[in-house]
Amino acid sequence: MRGLRRIALAGLVFLTGPAVAASPAPPGALSCGGCHPANPAGAIPSLAGRSAGEIVSQMQAFRDGGRQATVMDRIAKGFSDDETRAIADWLAARDAAPKP
Amino acid sequence: MMRRAPSPTGSPPVMPRPSRRAVLAGLAAGAAALAAPSVGAQTPGRVVVIGGGFGGATCARALAAAGLNVTLVEPSGTYVACPFSNAVIAGLREMSAQTFTYDGLKGAGITLAARAATAVDADARRVRLDDGTELPYDRLVMAPGVDMNFEALPGYDASAAGLMPHAWKAGEQTLLLRRQLETMKDGGTVIISAPPNPFRCPPGPYERASLIAHYLKTHKPRSKLLILDAKDAFSKQRLFTAAWAELYPGLVEWVGLSGGGRVIEVDPVTRTLVTEFDRHTADVANIIPPQRAGAIARQAGVADATGWCPIDPVTFESRLRPGIHVIGDAAIAGAMPKSAFAANGQAKVCAAAVVELLAGREPAPPKLVNTCYSLLAPGNAISIAGVYQPKNGLLADVEGAGGLSPQNASSEVRATEAAYAEAWFATVTGEAFA
Ligand SMILES: Cc1cc2nc3c(=O)[nH]c(=O)nc-3n(C[C@H](O)[C@H](O)[C@H](O)COP(=O)(O)OP(=O)(O)OC[C@H]3O[C@@H](n4cnc5c(N)ncnc54)[C@H](O)[C@@H]3O)c2cc1C
Repeated sequence: MRGLRRIALAGLVFLTGPAVAASPAPPGALSCGGCHPANPAGAIPSLAGRSAGEIVSQMQAFRDGGRQATVMDRIAKGFSDDETRAIADWLAARDAAPKP
Repeated sequence: MMRRAPSPTGSPPVMPRPSRRAVLAGLAAGAAALAAPSVGAQTPGRVVVIGGGFGGATCARALAAAGLNVTLVEPSGTYVACPFSNAVIAGLREMSAQTFTYDGLKGAGITLAARAATAVDADARRVRLDDGTELPYDRLVMAPGVDMNFEALPGYDASAAGLMPHAWKAGEQTLLLRRQLETMKDGGTVIISAPPNPFRCPPGPYERASLIAHYLKTHKPRSKLLILDAKDAFSKQRLFTAAWAELYPGLVEWVGLSGGGRVIEVDPVTRTLVTEFDRHTADVANIIPPQRAGAIARQAGVADATGWCPIDPVTFESRLRPGIHVIGDAAIAGAMPKSAFAANGQAKVCAAAVVELLAGREPAPPKLVNTCYSLLAPGNAISIAGVYQPKNGLLADVEGAGGLSPQNASSEVRATEAAYAEAWFATVTGEAFA
């Protein structure tokens, strides 16, 4: 039975592939993956493994200039606190799914 | 286990954690069925996607990941990406870095029809392919990109493009323009004719001018580059203009519409470009003609008199033909530019909307993002960004967000933006083709 459960979990992980997660994403969340890779690679950091709290505080810092950026400052200004929180929760939940 | 974010509409989450029985059934039916139990293992929605570019390939993957039965119609066995193709023209990059196969999509459970779609019957909900096959669909996504409009500029047709390349679809045209530059004598004149709005990749002609100028400065320093433009203003104009003055002084000249820059006729044999007041003869002529949605969009009746496709900004469903969604360059996406970045975001939003619609739910209004990088020289890039949301039936800029790279950024910042451009390309092509 445990083996079966593992297979089932592996199946679920498959569903959360890079293009889109299975749950309806909050507004804006699907855009992140256009630049931020699912796994660390290249100059743009991956968001995998970050807590919702960290994502929210970084977005806040981009917005108010507390953190220097090339482009995230311009993008973060397009999202309210509530929208940012919803995106962060969604990203963190997606990435919290067990890896195969 | 996955947790579900609260639904933006405030309604309770619609997809319960699957029961063991559902899991077993899902395993039996292939893991894909699990992704959208609400769509139902009983009647998985049949979705056909026309066009395997940034829009279509990304959308097909997102739809398949959500458990739908997806057929991607794309006649070409490989995809050649336009972003960074200006670097290929300037000899800074090889075509192999631009070229992708569809093998990854086959692995993702997508059925590939390696054919061109020749007709869409929106009433019967069927797509006809060039071998006569008919594909029925519950929802159709069209992402055919652009066609060069060979009726819009006298003298410029498909055969003229063999002499004066547009290089606005990456592939042979890109290599032709590169070869022409390589064989041009030092001291020659290169002319780029830039089209009126709207067109694919608004900053693209000016990135191309920058990188061709880099090539000329490095290899043929006595040459000149002239840009004849059908517009008086263009994307990132102040940034490009400052860069040309700084990096390529005396080499690049831009003539806008009111200066007589609009090309009204060309003669490919003599490489002559005719403007309202003048005639210019080029050693290498790059004609970027007016464009319109891919022919199949016009055939399907989803394009309007402008040649582009009006859509609902929440679902990307056609305003003209129900059941058909249009994404990417072919769509009229309001303030969003025709970019690969935009096509990627639209693809995922459209896929999510299709999943919701097939499940009988109403999709929530999305937000979308765009960032377009342009190289001024190797390791030196600028960007324009925007955030968009539906407003009055169109995708509109979110006020206060987006904008350009700073005018006087340090070379470190410009180098960082160039590195981000590369990283973006790797991610976005991965989402489509990996
Ligand atoms: C020089 C240049 C530089 C660029 N640089 C950037 C950049 O830096 N960043 C950026 O974001 N964007 C850039 N772009 C823009 C980007 O290439 C396009 O916006 C993007 O390709 C649009 O994606 P799409 O899916 O709408 O169309 P496409 O990528 O063109 O894909 C359309 C696909 O549909 C297929 N098709 C057409 N008709 C049919 C049919 N009847 N049946 C089946 N299949 C069909 C075609 O074969 C093609 O594969 C650049 C463009 C150019 C020209």
